[in-house]
Amino acid sequence: MDKLTPALFGNSLQQILSTVLIIVLAIITLEVSLYLAWLLAERLDRALHKQAALIGYVIQIGAFAAVFLGALAVASSVLDSLDFKALLKPVESDLMRGLYLWAALSAIFVVPLVSLAGGVISLLRLQRQPSLRMVYLLLAPAAVGLGVLIVYPIFYEFRLAFSNMSLRNFKVFEYSLEHGLNNLTLLFTEPVLKQVGFFPVLLRTVIWTAVNVSLHVAGGIGLALLLNRPMRGRGLYRTLLVLPWAIPQVIAVLAWRGEFHYQYGFVNLILQGLGLEPVKWLTDPLWNFVGMIIVNVWLGIPFMMVILLGGLQSIAGEYYEAAEIDGASARQQFTNITLPLLRPVLTPVIVLGTIWTFNNFNVPFLINQNELETSDILVTALFRSAFEYNRYGFAAMFAFVTFLILLGFSLIYIWRSGGLRGAYE
Amino acid sequence: MSTTTVDQTRGLARPAPAARATFFRAMRGDSSFKRLLIHLTLIVSCAISAYPILRIVSVALRPGDRLLSTSLAIIPDDASLNSFTHVVNETDFPLWIWNSLIITITTATIGVILAATSAYAFSRWKFPGRSFGLVFLLATQMIPAAMLLVPIFIVSTQLGLTNSYRGLILAFSVTTVPFSVWILKGYYDTIPIDLEEAAKIDGASQLQAFVKILLPLSTPALAIVFLFNFMTAWNDFMLPRVMIGSATQLHVWTLGLQHFQDQFRTSWGDFAAASIMISIPVMALFLYSSKWLISGLTLGSVKG
Repeated sequence: MDKLTPALFGNSLQQILSTVLIIVLAIITLEVSLYLAWLLAERLDRALHKQAALIGYVIQIGAFAAVFLGALAVASSVLDSLDFKALLKPVESDLMRGLYLWAALSAIFVVPLVSLAGGVISLLRLQRQPSLRMVYLLLAPAAVGLGVLIVYPIFYEFRLAFSNMSLRNFKVFEYSLEHGLNNLTLLFTEPVLKQVGFFPVLLRTVIWTAVNVSLHVAGGIGLALLLNRPMRGRGLYRTLLVLPWAIPQVIAVLAWRGEFHYQYGFVNLILQGLGLEPVKWLTDPLWNFVGMIIVNVWLGIPFMMVILLGGLQSIAGEYYEAAEIDGASARQQFTNITLPLLRPVLTPVIVLGTIWTFNNFNVPFLINQNELETSDILVTALFRSAFEYNRYGFAAMFAFVTFLILLGFSLIYIWRSGGLRGAYE
Repeated sequence: MSTTTVDQTRGLARPAPAARATFFRAMRGDSSFKRLLIHLTLIVSCAISAYPILRIVSVALRPGDRLLSTSLAIIPDDASLNSFTHVVNETDFPLWIWNSLIITITTATIGVILAATSAYAFSRWKFPGRSFGLVFLLATQMIPAAMLLVPIFIVSTQLGLTNSYRGLILAFSVTTVPFSVWILKGYYDTIPIDLEEAAKIDGASQLQAFVKILLPLSTPALAIVFLFNFMTAWNDFMLPRVMIGSATQLHVWTLGLQHFQDQFRTSWGDFAAASIMISIPVMALFLYSSKWLISGLTLGSVKG
């Protein structure tokens, strides 16, 4: 039991504040060094004509460094004077360690970074457009954040795929082509967890994705068509139908898992009420998978419905009037007007839906109460191999192969359908 | 052909007049039998979508001694609020909510600041690398979160960032940046650049024009992006499970709720009561903001 005591409360506040402080300081460091780099680039350019400018540059760097160190000193003394010590000792030292680490890192990195960035700016002749200085200052924090937390992990993972890292050799592990090939062979020949191999899991993932996305789109179009007309209670219907999307997914999935209970869950109670046999949703491999699909279809239809309803409402009425004058039936109107004109909305939504379903973690992971390997899709098998079996090198290769499959599908789909074209401009 | 018009003062998409005409045309010729059929289908669909949620309410209202029941009624005969008081007073529920709140508010704020500034750059300047940047942001949406988990976990472990708020906040703060940049860029594009030009003629710097002219005009979009960031972090299960899974005093509500079910002695009433207390504010916020979110989502795609 961890009660929310005042000490815990103060401790967590302090941790959050120190985190925010570190992020703010990091952003300031970044902006200042980028700005310096820009000035350096301009100076460098002018120095080719006037060597004296270099002296100005040195003075400027010195001034910025003084301001920077002064700010650091003020920040650390302020933090020191606050009486955090009463709350928890280790965290206090953790905060100071973080600050010193940051100061040391920025001291070590600012000078080379400034010179490097300045050189790049100077080489690219970007300093000829002074307004662009603002652009890169605006973009820098997000770019660094995405670089550190998305781009770098991808490269790191690629390297990790060629290692033998696991819980046993977490600190001492090595990279080699051999380990990579070994991971790759293991992936395709051995069970990915304990029983089931890669290809059955892949097949199950494809079935999972195809069934879910087609039911989402079919259900979404059906309900959107029904709702796309003036009628009594339209707002109420729409709100009720959107509920599965609105409820936090973890709650919905955990609640469904409870309702799959053999004896007391409402699903079996209704089946019995209809005179059917109750189903072992949680232990039978096939029915567990069916249950996962039921939950995910229930969760996913509202999004499709709302997006497609928006798409339907943007189709001009003249098309249907013209079609009616020409005597087209309702079905002809649907296939020849509605579907083609929905395409610009439908294509990106299908691509997104496929990616989301393929990557869905909550539903397969939380519904599968008994860790049936027969209910794992690629993403959950990958998660388990990394965080339950602790085979990190293997899991990295697994993740990489999974990503390539998804990327291949998305590229082919986008290319074939000509979607996303003009999505950015 | 533009199918959405943009209200300059609010900048949010509304159906064009032509679209509204379709809408009112549709039902004119329908027979009453067809209307009945439509209503019946919709009522059945609504029941399917709402019943599992109402079941949570019903379980939460059951008194402690008969949580396991074969009744299908929504409001039990002997309804009581015992589960609610039990969850608030006897479990870690308040701690989880507190942890979730501070983590999500912090990450959502950082995310909005990062996105607001970079969206401004994308909206107002043509610069080398602009279209690459926009496509890159779209492409990041395709990367499975589970794929990034392994490297993020290992690097965080090596840096000592696991089992702390810090690691989770850092990892969360950028996940929604790409989507937020797209939404905000679309919104900034609808605000005439003349306003900033005028401010600059009056002596404001570019930064002042951004902070004092553009940001106040974009309050609705900023609020939506904040909400979206908030919801994403608030509802996430996988990242907290990896980053703070073994530090119970840091647990967020998604991990906590799973505890209620993990134990063999399933705390079914606690789970349901906690779920309701979490869901009601979240669902209200979601239903309130969803139409603006969707207009942001479709603004780019239906303009063809």
